[in-house]
Amino acid sequence: MKKIQRPIHDTIFRFVTRTFAFLVFSLLAAIMVSLIYGSHDTLAKYGLSFLWTNEWDPVQSEFGALVPVIGTLLTSFVALAVAIPVSFGIAMFLTELAPAWLRRPIGTAIEMLAAIPSIIYGMWGLFVFVPFFQEYVQPGLIAALSPIPFIGWMFSGAPFGIGIFTAGLILSIMITPFIASVMRDVFELVPPMLKESAYGLGGTTWEVMWKVVLPFTRSGVIGGVMLGLGRALGETMAVTFVIGNAFQMPGSFFAPGNSIASALANEFNEAGGLQKSALIELGLILFLITTIVLAIAKLMLMRMSQAEGKKS
Amino acid sequence: MIKRTLIQISTGMLLGLAALSAQAVDITGAGATFPFPVYAKWAADFKAASGNAVNYQSIGSGGGVQQITAKTVDFGATDDPMSGEQLDKIGLMQFPAVIGGTVPVVNIEGIKPGQLKLTGTVLADIFLGKVKKWNDPAIQSLNAELKLPAADIIVVHRSDGSGTTFGFTNYLTKVSADWKEKVGEGKAVKWPAGQGGKGNEGVAAYVKQLKNSIGYVEYAYAKQNSLAWTQLKNQAGNFVQPEQKSFAAAAANAKWDSAPGMGVVLTEQPGADSWPVTSATFILVYKDQSKAENGRTTIAFFDWAFDKGAKTAADMDYVPLPKDVTDQIRAAWKATLKADGQPLLK
Repeated sequence: MKKIQRPIHDTIFRFVTRTFAFLVFSLLAAIMVSLIYGSHDTLAKYGLSFLWTNEWDPVQSEFGALVPVIGTLLTSFVALAVAIPVSFGIAMFLTELAPAWLRRPIGTAIEMLAAIPSIIYGMWGLFVFVPFFQEYVQPGLIAALSPIPFIGWMFSGAPFGIGIFTAGLILSIMITPFIASVMRDVFELVPPMLKESAYGLGGTTWEVMWKVVLPFTRSGVIGGVMLGLGRALGETMAVTFVIGNAFQMPGSFFAPGNSIASALANEFNEAGGLQKSALIELGLILFLITTIVLAIAKLMLMRMSQAEGKKS
Repeated sequence: MIKRTLIQISTGMLLGLAALSAQAVDITGAGATFPFPVYAKWAADFKAASGNAVNYQSIGSGGGVQQITAKTVDFGATDDPMSGEQLDKIGLMQFPAVIGGTVPVVNIEGIKPGQLKLTGTVLADIFLGKVKKWNDPAIQSLNAELKLPAADIIVVHRSDGSGTTFGFTNYLTKVSADWKEKVGEGKAVKWPAGQGGKGNEGVAAYVKQLKNSIGYVEYAYAKQNSLAWTQLKNQAGNFVQPEQKSFAAAAANAKWDSAPGMGVVLTEQPGADSWPVTSATFILVYKDQSKAENGRTTIAFFDWAFDKGAKTAADMDYVPLPKDVTDQIRAAWKATLKADGQPLLK
């Protein structure tokens, strides 16, 4: 038998692609190392207590990450709470309910939303949405929601227009197209036979979506949500415009606050000494938060696929 | 043969380059963002006048100090002056380049620019969150003729580190013991109240949109956005309007030789007409210039700017330095700057 010789260019090709793949790893490691190196002053001074210290005083050189970490998580939470149901609705309408001639224009419109640069969202938020929200919506919301016992405090305070809630809302508009288009794509992958059988058994559209399509596409849907969450956690300019940029623990969803990304955008330029180190450590924390979120998402997906494997 | 031609060509090119660089010197500077618009305009006009290009990067005052320390630029620019000790340690000379005024701006229904009167202590109490309502007796007693609403004051400050904040908090620290103890001065501080806008434009946008708000911006932004600026009570006890005249008065009345490197913060200066929140922005150059030609061009640029650039600065709502201050600076250049052991300027 003739020995098959691997052509030389194949070897080169493999070597080159492997180098590219490892490049990603080394970049990741290099970013991690330089973040840790840049923040060694605050790491040494505060240790882990940096995470839960509610203090940001550049004059006295006292720093803590609690306010921006809480602000980052809260805005992303608001964004997901609004964006997930809306995206689900959009994807469901586009795949199951919309007449064929309407699918393309709506689908394209949603994809175009994703292409708008974030600074446009920020400026639109500050100059158009905030005055409208402050004047016509927020006073009513505060009057209606703040007397409710136990949860009323979340919606109390003065109507500033800007704040955690507004930032979350702007973020939700930004991430909806990502989540919706992923959801639509995976919903379309469901074998028609499955859906038709469900309809054949007398299922309503809602039952088919909720009990057949969603379980079938669970991993894809979660992937889409994580994609959106990743963008929400790291979004800088749009949030900076509308979050209020105050290093104070937000007392309610309508209070101004700060997020990690906008704190960095605001202060890095003129920062020096310990403040710079604190800001770099904030960057490190954001890096870790996104890593943990992605890891949890992967873990959930693995668990689910295992469970599915057992059932069948 | 070919080799020889190549050598000839390359020597020719080298000579050409050398000749070019002898004609025009490109200098670079980096630092403060507040004077960037006027430096950029000066640089363009200076290039047209002399052929020398000045490349200025507005990377922030902290960055300006870092870059000049690392000797990557010909001059650094900073909004908060360096101390004499720091200057001596690195071997830098410092001089002011241009002056600007910071003004409190308000958004209250029916209040026009220049109507509301405030004192430094009341301003400090507002930003401390101690005076909460516009009709608080502390404010109303200063403005008997104005009808102020019983509304909550919304405080707006800068969220980014900036020279504007440094000047403003430096002023509040000078006039209010309470502010000095609780907050202090700096390019970024721990604000006890309110929310932050990014940049002058961010604060201007917030104040414009949030009813019953108060903020502080560079004079140019207040003017361009037609925001309602306030009067302030100065050290002499007079209420003054923020304008070219009152900024210039503060600069003229300052004791420039009282601080090393003319590093005077122009807040709360004496004088009947002085605007109390005035601040200068500074230039840093090495006393011993390693590249004499670059050093001379840098000085030529500012020398030109002090005379020919004064009108440009005024048009852009900055305040040019008074004549006796520029005279002092020119004398200091001659006395201080050296290259290869010789005076830099003949």
